[in-house]
Amino acid sequence: MIPAIIRTAFTGLRRDRGALILSFILPVAFFSIFAIVFGGQRGNRTPRISVAIVDEDHSATSQRLVEALKREGALNVLTRPEQKKGAPVPADYTSAGAENAVKQGVAPAALIIPKGFGTNPVAFGSSSSRPVFQLLHDSSDPIAPQMIAGLLQKVVMSSMGDLMADAGAKEFEAIAGGLTPQQRQTVDSRLAQIHRYAQQVDTAPSASSQGNAGGMVNVQERDVVGEKKTNPMISFEAAGIGVMFLLFTASAAGGTLLDEAESGTLDRVLSSRVSMTSLLAGKMAYCTLLAFGELSVMFLWAWAVFHLDLFEHLSGFVVMGLSTAFAVASFGMVLASVAGTRAQQAGISTLLILTMSAIGGSMFPRFLMPEMMRKIGLVTFNAWAIDGFTKVFWRDEPVMNLMPQVAVLLGSGIVLFFVARRFAKRWEYN
Amino acid sequence: MTSTETLTPLQVDRVVKRFGSLTAVAGVSFELGDRECLGLLGPNGAGKSTLIRSIAGRVRPDSGSIHIFGQPALSFKARAALGWIPQDLALYPLLTCRENLHSFGQYQGLRGRTLQDAIQWCLDWAALTDRSDEPVKKLSGGMKRRLNMAAGLIHRPRVVLMDEPTAGVDPQSRNRIFEMIEGLRAEGMSVLYTTHYMEEAERLCDRIAIMDHGSFIALGTKEELVRGAFGGRNDVIMRFSQNGKDAAAWAASRGGAFENDTARFAVDQPSQIAPLLEAAGDQGLELIDLTLRRPNLESVFLQLTGRELRE
Repeated sequence: MIPAIIRTAFTGLRRDRGALILSFILPVAFFSIFAIVFGGQRGNRTPRISVAIVDEDHSATSQRLVEALKREGALNVLTRPEQKKGAPVPADYTSAGAENAVKQGVAPAALIIPKGFGTNPVAFGSSSSRPVFQLLHDSSDPIAPQMIAGLLQKVVMSSMGDLMADAGAKEFEAIAGGLTPQQRQTVDSRLAQIHRYAQQVDTAPSASSQGNAGGMVNVQERDVVGEKKTNPMISFEAAGIGVMFLLFTASAAGGTLLDEAESGTLDRVLSSRVSMTSLLAGKMAYCTLLAFGELSVMFLWAWAVFHLDLFEHLSGFVVMGLSTAFAVASFGMVLASVAGTRAQQAGISTLLILTMSAIGGSMFPRFLMPEMMRKIGLVTFNAWAIDGFTKVFWRDEPVMNLMPQVAVLLGSGIVLFFVARRFAKRWEYN
Repeated sequence: MTSTETLTPLQVDRVVKRFGSLTAVAGVSFELGDRECLGLLGPNGAGKSTLIRSIAGRVRPDSGSIHIFGQPALSFKARAALGWIPQDLALYPLLTCRENLHSFGQYQGLRGRTLQDAIQWCLDWAALTDRSDEPVKKLSGGMKRRLNMAAGLIHRPRVVLMDEPTAGVDPQSRNRIFEMIEGLRAEGMSVLYTTHYMEEAERLCDRIAIMDHGSFIALGTKEELVRGAFGGRNDVIMRFSQNGKDAAAWAASRGGAFENDTARFAVDQPSQIAPLLEAAGDQGLELIDLTLRRPNLESVFLQLTGRELRE
């Protein structure tokens, strides 16, 4: 009896090619995508972290430090803004320029080498005479500042050994000069300090959000983007998850076209005064409004429960919300017009939406992805929408700065609408 | 300038539609007159629905032309004058009767008071006023059929295409639908009506076209069709108890048709029945029933196509 049931079920599965593909191909496809997104592309390398460097010291020592940081494989050092085509080479970053670069998301952090670094570059212990490095960062990327602070200490230790020796000699001279009983007492005291320092290094947390004054160089961290936010990460979550579910909503709403085609209602509608273009436009407008409504509910919930500052960014939200809703609606239309049946449409949409969400940043922040995956992610609506919402809620940028995201979302939406219109020809006459 | 009053409501001229190697409609031509009801009879796969869909603008013919009051079938004017009641229920199941009619009325360009009046007319005509706020999915099969018809008439077209509107409907609801259609004809609508049921065609239609393999094989009033197929002859229907193969061969040898243990012969005079009975007895066939009948549409159909209509 049981073998008969198994045989019947397998025969049914073999005949249903769509289900067969979903059972075996889909998991492999997803595994590959997630392996690339989360595991890096080659050799599991950690992605390079961009850091804007400002040299306020302009000494030979500070130049050596910048060059040493540039050689550090885990860092992508930016000393000046990117040169635009045909424009002169821009000037090096100032501290204000670097702060803006962080605020605009050009780099997740900026390191400011302070004046006086050349004359007193490194010291052991928590000397108050050392100049303090400023590490400005964007707390949306909590990993980058910790990595940079650690790498700075590493670079100083590994690439500037002579400076450390100089500092050591000075320390020694200060400690050993004369070696009077009083000096002996001082040496003992200093050595005890060094021992304590070593113990501190061993027992201290790997990094601190308040800085790491106990290292070779003093570093003071400052969150320049999210410091005034009440709930800094919530806009990321709302945008990321919101776009993914909007895609599902639009796909389902677009699928009503297939339902109507299968039931015959579409035939009746098209035999009236309604043209195929009007019908698609109407469906797309409906999908857009539905998606925008869903997004509004999600952000209102985030405002009410998670204290998202929605009403301070209302205009930006409306612009980004409508653009995103329009784009995902066009996606729903294309899926419906390309798919032969509702079952096909459901399978294709699940595959596409989860893939887009994975590489577009809805499931995992794009700034933590390998560089190439970050670029590939830009083919998805998720990436552009999340970038836009980030500008609005995270970076407090004016609506005009949303132009690139809005242009891409609206432009893609229009192109996809025409693609859907072309495929919908099959329903026009049969 | 010609007024629509003097133009033919529906004119179909040498329409051909092929699907790959299959010719679904093979050069059909006919006219539907003012206030006329033309029945379209044919077995499954004869091409009736393709012809209806071509007229409704849902199928683009490979050749030929279709005009509605002189306007090409795909034009807005033609669509405004044409109502189509598809064979399948084409309604929004989650919407109420009133909401469905409202939507389809708007798709036909109706607005405001005109639309409200049209909805009320449809609800009254389909006897659904007391169920107007009920979602379609909760209606009985007959009610859904009536609403399906009403939705095709919301814009009060002057030419109506009905594609088997009584399919799957119980006899009581069917009678109600007949009365509704007769009401439309009284209002001056021209109707093209496809059906599998002879009695529907005989009751409702002024003329009948018999379609088979994509072509019209006969067109005329019921009397013209019977006269054309049988002249003044009558049907003799003989049912045998057994020996199907022998009976079929015997019927064929005497110019008759045989199907389901029943032989049919056309006779000019009742006196010709006796020789048939005698011959059957000589053949050893056991006769269990004998009927003399004036030929009807079913007889015509069988005579012309060699098949039962509902095969």
